[in-house]
Amino acid sequence: MTSVINDNILDQEPVEITGSEAVIRSLIAEGVDTIFGYPGGAIMPVYDALHDHHHNLKHVLTRHEQGAVHAAQGYARVSGKVGVCIATSGPGATNLITGIADALIDSTPLVCITGQVISSLLGTDAFQESDVIGITMPITKWNYQITCAEEIPEAIAKAFYIASTGRPGPVLLDITKDAQFAKVLYSYSKCTKIRSYVPEYPADKLLLQKAADLINNSKKPYLLYGQGVMLSGGEEELISFLNKTGIPAAGTLLGLSAIPTDHPLNMGMLGMHGNYGPNIKTNQCDVLIAVGMRFDDRVTGTVGTYAKQAKVIHIEIDPAEIDKNVKSHVALIGDAKHTLKSLFALVNENNHPEWLAEFEEARVIEEEKVIKNDLAPLKAGLTMGEVVRMTSILTDNRAIVVTDVGQNQMAAARYTKFEDSRSWVTSGGLGTMGFGLPAAMGAKLGAPDREVVIFTGDGGMQMTLQELGTIAQENLAVKIVILNNHFLGMVRQWQELFFEKRYSYTEILSPDFVKLADAYGIPGCLVENREDLEGEMKKMLDHKGPYLLEVHIEKEDNCFPMVPQGKSVAEIILSADELK
Amino acid sequence: MKQEYIITAYSENHIGLLNRITIIFTRRKVNIESLTVSQSALKGISKFTIVVNETTDKVVNIVKQIDKQIEVLKAFYNTNDEMIFQEVALYKVPTKALMDSDQIEKMIRSHNARILEITSEYTVIEKTGHEEETQALFEGLNTFGVLQFIRSGRIAITRSPVERLSEFLKQRDSLFEKLEEGSKI
Repeated sequence: MTSVINDNILDQEPVEITGSEAVIRSLIAEGVDTIFGYPGGAIMPVYDALHDHHHNLKHVLTRHEQGAVHAAQGYARVSGKVGVCIATSGPGATNLITGIADALIDSTPLVCITGQVISSLLGTDAFQESDVIGITMPITKWNYQITCAEEIPEAIAKAFYIASTGRPGPVLLDITKDAQFAKVLYSYSKCTKIRSYVPEYPADKLLLQKAADLINNSKKPYLLYGQGVMLSGGEEELISFLNKTGIPAAGTLLGLSAIPTDHPLNMGMLGMHGNYGPNIKTNQCDVLIAVGMRFDDRVTGTVGTYAKQAKVIHIEIDPAEIDKNVKSHVALIGDAKHTLKSLFALVNENNHPEWLAEFEEARVIEEEKVIKNDLAPLKAGLTMGEVVRMTSILTDNRAIVVTDVGQNQMAAARYTKFEDSRSWVTSGGLGTMGFGLPAAMGAKLGAPDREVVIFTGDGGMQMTLQELGTIAQENLAVKIVILNNHFLGMVRQWQELFFEKRYSYTEILSPDFVKLADAYGIPGCLVENREDLEGEMKKMLDHKGPYLLEVHIEKEDNCFPMVPQGKSVAEIILSADELK
Repeated sequence: MKQEYIITAYSENHIGLLNRITIIFTRRKVNIESLTVSQSALKGISKFTIVVNETTDKVVNIVKQIDKQIEVLKAFYNTNDEMIFQEVALYKVPTKALMDSDQIEKMIRSHNARILEITSEYTVIEKTGHEEETQALFEGLNTFGVLQFIRSGRIAITRSPVERLSEFLKQRDSLFEKLEEGSKI
């Protein structure tokens, strides 16, 4: 029987098709329009089925499976949809691992589909067999091996439901080749409930009131927002809550862009390289409201001295995060959007001018000691900060900013100004170097109408630079800015500050990136002087397709402020002199 | 301070779930003292009984992580005195030792053990009890030379009159109903 290609995928009449055709139809039924992948032996039947569906399911051929998974992450983060990637068995599947682990810790919804050897060969060390289910167990929200075609529609429905509900996360489906070939009487229905899984809990009215009482009686309330705000679509609710209560707020690294940078109550960023005020005020507030965040150690510094004076209200959808790192006085288990909405009705209108003035004082200190040097440096060498800020200015704060990991990431986090939500794609929890470039191409496909700029370093760029090939083939208008300081900058900074300047293997030789881009047919330019920056950056942004801008940065510049590891947020330093 | 805890988890009977649960311990470098998995009173639902020697904070964290697994219905933790628990041990001794004196017979009586099988070569004795009790019998029998010895993992039951799981499933059904009605706000 030749397989019937039916555009009306949700046709309820069961039809007999192959397992691989069922995979594709199920993806389309879930509203998937773009997938990232790399073919290979054990996934070939699915690729064969894809061939018939190229008109309604775009497949992007990356240059490495790691590129596929990071691209799916970038796509998911900006679009709010589930990112999908696909790989073959064995090495194809193991190449996805870094991205899956990254997506788990950063709560990114992914469905990863891997081919597997035919089921009779499982456990025989067959060609390209690896125990992908076993390997991905600790880094997936759920995973499942499909060994017969009948399981495919239901497993895919469950995968999308699990990946996208509750605290989102990555799901992996491992499909044996014989299941892809076999025939199945196909019909599709979405998954809406799993009895052993509660994605969200109803609000507890007593606890809501208790939280509201704490907030209403607080003199120095302080709100921390994380990515949970965006994941729940609670941006408006957060802004309304802040406006009503007059509470100052600061974001975690992943929470950036949930509210506009210039919102009068947005005090900046938390964490190791976050802003001065937001860090020190954590240990001075009387009520700390944490919304959709998990108190990562990069946020808390040494946890034993973190916000001990404050009553902590923790709004969080994942019950396992409650009291994990920081004990809460009131835990509101639920998504940020609904909880903030419920809390809004119970809190009083208020303002806190004196408390805000304290933040302003701290901001002035940081401006004087750090920001001025980063944005208007007196020295000849360019800083990462000025390049980042120039980009914000030239894009009216409207670009999606993607980063790699390290100094480039921290500079981008500190100096990008955001206007719109879901405009920030970075690897936070896992800190995956090489994440940036592929995530940026996913972001561009997830938000094709928006400007996508990626800041990466000379180190991280070389970890996944093969994806320039994908960008060229798909003509993805990704604007690549390489902040090249000829070092693995963040590690070098730590070596300078904490390892007596013993630069052990952090000086790195790079290719001529502009020439490299040229080899892929991607135009580019090298900027070495400050006076060329604005003009060249404008050229980059005006260019219709992909573009690479390499900027030579002062070689041994450091990223400050900094909460040194093992120190309290109150012990944040503004320069290296404070370490002496 | 570390102490013994009994972790109980109810889950769907799915392949791989045992691994998903045990890696939660492995990742935190927590040793599992004993582990028993079997079908619960409800068909298709497995019950895990896991004994660890750990601090309360760590146990709470682990139980939440177990609970978070998609196919786990519910996980609980208890101290030893909150539960009634048993282990079973089997001992193989030479039948000749049993015949030569009445010592082994007295031991079996005083430990409330019983004999499962006697052959001309060996005798298999069974004893249920807490670890200290099965261990005490082992020490006693071993003066005559125990040929083989095996002790099971722990099984445990709460002191409350009803099965926690059925209570919990009822609660969950009403939770789902509530969520479906959209009455969560």
